[in-house]
Amino acid sequence: MGNVLSLTTFLPLLGAVILALFLRGDDAAAQRNAKWVALLTTVTTFIASLFILANFDPADPGFQMVETREWLLGLQYKMGVDGISILFVMLTTFLMPLVIASCWDVGTRVKEYMIAFLLLETLMLGVFLALDLVLFYLFFEAGLIPMFLIIGIWGGKNRIYASFKFFLYTFLGSVLMLVAMVAMFADAGTTDIPTLMTHTFGTENFSILGVQIVGGMQTMLWLAFFASFAVKMPMWPVHTWLPDAHVQAPTAGSVVLAAILLKMGGYGFLRFSLPMFPVGSEVMGPLVLWLSAIAIVYTSLVALVQEDMKKLIAYSSVAHMGYVTMGIFAVNQQGVDGAIFQMISHGFISGALFLCVGVIYDRMHTREIDAYGGLVNRMPAYALIFMFFTMANVGLPGTSGFIGEFLTLVGIFQVNTWVAVVATSGVILSAAYALWLYRRVVMGDLIKESLKTITDMTRRERMIFAPLVAMTLLLGVYPALVLDIIGPSVNALVGNYETALATFEAATQFASN
Amino acid sequence: METIILFAPLVGAILCGFGWKLIGETAAQWVATSLLFLAAILSWVVFLTFDPSAHAGGSYTVTILRWIESGTLSTDWAIRMDRLTAIMLIVINTVSALVHLYSFGYMAHDENFKEDESYRPRFFAYLSFFTFAMLMLVTADNLVQMFFGWEGVGVASYLLIGFYFRKPSANAAAIKAFVVNRVGDFGFALGIFALYMVTDSIRFEDIFAAIPDLQDHTITFLWKDWNTLNLIAFLLFIGAMGKSAQLFLHTWLPDAMEGPTPVSALIHAATMVTAGVFLVCRMSPLMEYAPAATNFIVFLGATTAFFAATVGLVQNDIKRVIAYSTCSQLGYMFVAAGLGVYSVAMFHLLTHAFFKAMLFLGAGSVIHAMHHEQDMRNYGGLRHKIPKTFWMMMIGTLAITGVGIPLLYIGFPIGFAGFVSKDAIIESAYAGTAGGYAFWMLVIAALMTSFYSWRLMFLTFYGTARGDKHTHEHAHESPNSMLIPLYVLAIGAVFSGMIWYGSFFGSNDKVGKFFGVSYAEASEHGDDHGAEDSHGDDHADDAAHADEGGHGKAHYNLVGAPGEGAIHNSPDNHVLNDAHEVPVWVKLAPFFAMLAGLALAYQMYIRRPDLPGKLAEQQAPLYQFLLNKWYFDEIYHFIFVKPAMAIGRILWKQGDTKTIDGGINGLAMGIIPFFTRLAGRAQSGYVFTYAFAMVLGIAVLLTWVTLFGGTN
Repeated sequence: MGNVLSLTTFLPLLGAVILALFLRGDDAAAQRNAKWVALLTTVTTFIASLFILANFDPADPGFQMVETREWLLGLQYKMGVDGISILFVMLTTFLMPLVIASCWDVGTRVKEYMIAFLLLETLMLGVFLALDLVLFYLFFEAGLIPMFLIIGIWGGKNRIYASFKFFLYTFLGSVLMLVAMVAMFADAGTTDIPTLMTHTFGTENFSILGVQIVGGMQTMLWLAFFASFAVKMPMWPVHTWLPDAHVQAPTAGSVVLAAILLKMGGYGFLRFSLPMFPVGSEVMGPLVLWLSAIAIVYTSLVALVQEDMKKLIAYSSVAHMGYVTMGIFAVNQQGVDGAIFQMISHGFISGALFLCVGVIYDRMHTREIDAYGGLVNRMPAYALIFMFFTMANVGLPGTSGFIGEFLTLVGIFQVNTWVAVVATSGVILSAAYALWLYRRVVMGDLIKESLKTITDMTRRERMIFAPLVAMTLLLGVYPALVLDIIGPSVNALVGNYETALATFEAATQFASN
Repeated sequence: METIILFAPLVGAILCGFGWKLIGETAAQWVATSLLFLAAILSWVVFLTFDPSAHAGGSYTVTILRWIESGTLSTDWAIRMDRLTAIMLIVINTVSALVHLYSFGYMAHDENFKEDESYRPRFFAYLSFFTFAMLMLVTADNLVQMFFGWEGVGVASYLLIGFYFRKPSANAAAIKAFVVNRVGDFGFALGIFALYMVTDSIRFEDIFAAIPDLQDHTITFLWKDWNTLNLIAFLLFIGAMGKSAQLFLHTWLPDAMEGPTPVSALIHAATMVTAGVFLVCRMSPLMEYAPAATNFIVFLGATTAFFAATVGLVQNDIKRVIAYSTCSQLGYMFVAAGLGVYSVAMFHLLTHAFFKAMLFLGAGSVIHAMHHEQDMRNYGGLRHKIPKTFWMMMIGTLAITGVGIPLLYIGFPIGFAGFVSKDAIIESAYAGTAGGYAFWMLVIAALMTSFYSWRLMFLTFYGTARGDKHTHEHAHESPNSMLIPLYVLAIGAVFSGMIWYGSFFGSNDKVGKFFGVSYAEASEHGDDHGAEDSHGDDHADDAAHADEGGHGKAHYNLVGAPGEGAIHNSPDNHVLNDAHEVPVWVKLAPFFAMLAGLALAYQMYIRRPDLPGKLAEQQAPLYQFLLNKWYFDEIYHFIFVKPAMAIGRILWKQGDTKTIDGGINGLAMGIIPFFTRLAGRAQSGYVFTYAFAMVLGIAVLLTWVTLFGGTN
């Protein structure tokens, strides 16, 4: 099992290749086959990833199951997993079968749709497992293409605008990251991520056009990576691509986007910004904290007045990602633990919420909140599940949504009480917009003619939600499942960060004396 | 046994809520109800057999499962059993079991639902789930588990207030309840964060142990340094304000009456709304050393007691009168808790649970009889139609207004539950504030309590029938399933005050024994009592004092360390001792206030029924002011709800769409064509641009690699 990481990563690609090469025709049978192949592939990938989990030793904060190979042009191919990345891998493999199952009713270009998702899975897994800068960059950027196609081809009316907006925002951020990577290689002479994590990048202040850059090169590199990850998260004020992308994306696309793709930003902060540029993080940290706090309040208020269900949930996602960036840049155990937990939990909850929208969108073909009302009368099972995830979304204790919010807030309170207070007020606003949405869609009498024949969830739909409900509850009641795995790695991350800062401060003191 | 008590309601909720399709509606209801009765019986066993002295520190912990563990933050799902928990267990489970039983009758035929709809199992499941969450709240051994219960009851309350999901008013009330409670939770959560920051733990045990070292500690919060304990106590109290509907965060409670009446009895009278009082008592080791915060608690409690009573005077909806009454009585409890006589606060919590649940269930019985008419102006003369309900309501009214025999003491005072516990609070208020603001507010509130309670009785049961004739003709007594709970609660409303007087409001040795706190005789000239000496001597020969059979001759103080037993008193807290030595007129004041209220109500609603109308006309502005609940709803709507929506809209349209998108799009549209041309003027489109840029990027990278990669 020496190459279980690569195996897991490229299994979906194998499925995609099989589909592309061997599946012919576009009749109902071919469509069914395409879906079954995709489902089978993703389930197999999930099983393969269970081996990773089984072999993983949580007590070891370093990289495990590392694979290194020579690659073209003297580059190296290196994969590995640690406590920070493993759960993102598991989240991805866990969700993909559900995503495939959720697009069972899609009828246009099914084969290509399935290929796009399988390809996307490989690229997402690659991002979380790559231990080489070039490899990481390839996976990170290439992932844009299938998502761009999913929105652009299978999306709603305004899909072209949304797909380009999505593409350009994320791409422009990444260009700066690429430049930074080149600079890093020039400085450290390697693209090996574990080595770069122990490398100390320059911190001597210098000035550009008269502006003093505190933290020097680290701050510059940090900013370049920040440009990419902040867009990906997305952080305020570069979040506006997300609501549009979500609104236009097909349900399954929204689920992947919200549940997994956004997490790449948070993962990037944890993998690059904190360990490689501790001084840069320390210098720029307050900015991130304030952007996060603003994001939480700002997007919650905007969510309050939305008329489109998906847009509302998209804004709510931005708010929840605010807790993540805030927790990460609190840089203490609770903050980072909470941020990772929040990302995992948000994967289940936001995924489920977009699926909830999908259920009624499939029936009524509108996302307009005003087109609904009183669904509980005809859809009791749907009302129950939607209620459950609404509560999870507002961070009800007992669901996974609470743990992440709580830990990040505990973490930030120790660092900056202003930010903590502003961010905590998000719990009031989230309750307001989430329950207000629920009331308008589900509660009340069913008076609209168009809804009189709407049917409750099918067996297939219920089976998609069941694992999500289970995970949301399980992690809410017994979060040790996650915290035990990430704890040691986060501990090491925070420890290294503090050591690096202490060294830096000692050095500055020495220099100034 | 504790575990069974805790989880029986949860099992009931799950079986009833999800299993009813398999076992049938009625069976599901019975499952939930019998599990609740099981929990109630076991609770009484625990309460009666619990002996604090048998456990080190007067409490013990049952650990169930690991919960959140992150660095030094570590919590389990666990049960902390001490006297406070035991009291709450009987309150919650008794009332809940009875309310379950009552709901068989009350919810049998509900016209808010269609004939073939199965709403009953859902209702019972919600009730049981609520009970579970409430039990989690009171059994928690750490603040986060308590927060779990705290929010859990909030959800249950939300679901039950909005139970009639077709009624827009019910849906609005449900959301309001949840959101206003969240405002409180905001403070509560910040309090938890701050406590963790200074004590490095969120377990009660560790927190209490750390309190003595924190007395002069300061913490930087927002713009300045604060005294740590005062700040934390204040933040936690904001949570209590939300849950217990204290002034400024009270607006949700009257609206919560949109829920079915059994819900009002269980959640909005007896249990959930008292969680705030419980929180303050539970955190007594903290509160004792946070004088500024507790002063605020006393002030706000007294003001709420007064405010809610004024509004209760003029409401016409029978449930709203009782709701404001609840709000007001909670104010009493906070005064006691804020003064440091936690046992007295818990005493009133206990007795209030019995008589207020009873009043609500009685009102439900009236509403049931009157075909869901809730306006008292359409009642009248009902005592002959529904005599059993009438007598039960009478007992409840006698209890809440505080009827008893003043100054008579035979080891305990003689009177209804409310008489004993409310007088205990008023006497403590006199002793604790030296006859100040809180004392007078509470006495005035007692007068108004008596007035609105008797007004309710007179309007409902006396006089002539008003309103729809048909409804009055068909008014019928409720079934036994609804009356039996009333009888049981009546026992509590009559006797609970007298039975537990000594344990809650006796001398400190009895209270200490009951709550598991060690006590010691306070030497009259001892160090800690020195400052109080002259004060104590003044009253030493007081006639009233002597009347009480030598009670209080030996002074005791609770001397347990913080965290020992269920409550804590600081060395200079003598309110309980002083409360037994107040002047006679103070002891008589609430009694005469009660009489005055009764006389006034009698005059206005029996002898001169035309008087209220005239008075309302003459004092129109005042009447409108009270009728509209001091215009809190309107003000809040104007300063919070509307601006939030407006700001949201501005941020969306101006911020997101115009500024951010406009800016970035403008930039992008400027740059992209440039790149496109650069990429070869072809009919490339953006994907090509991207692919090109990426290839270019990789090429650059590879060049670097090949040029410099060989160095290592």
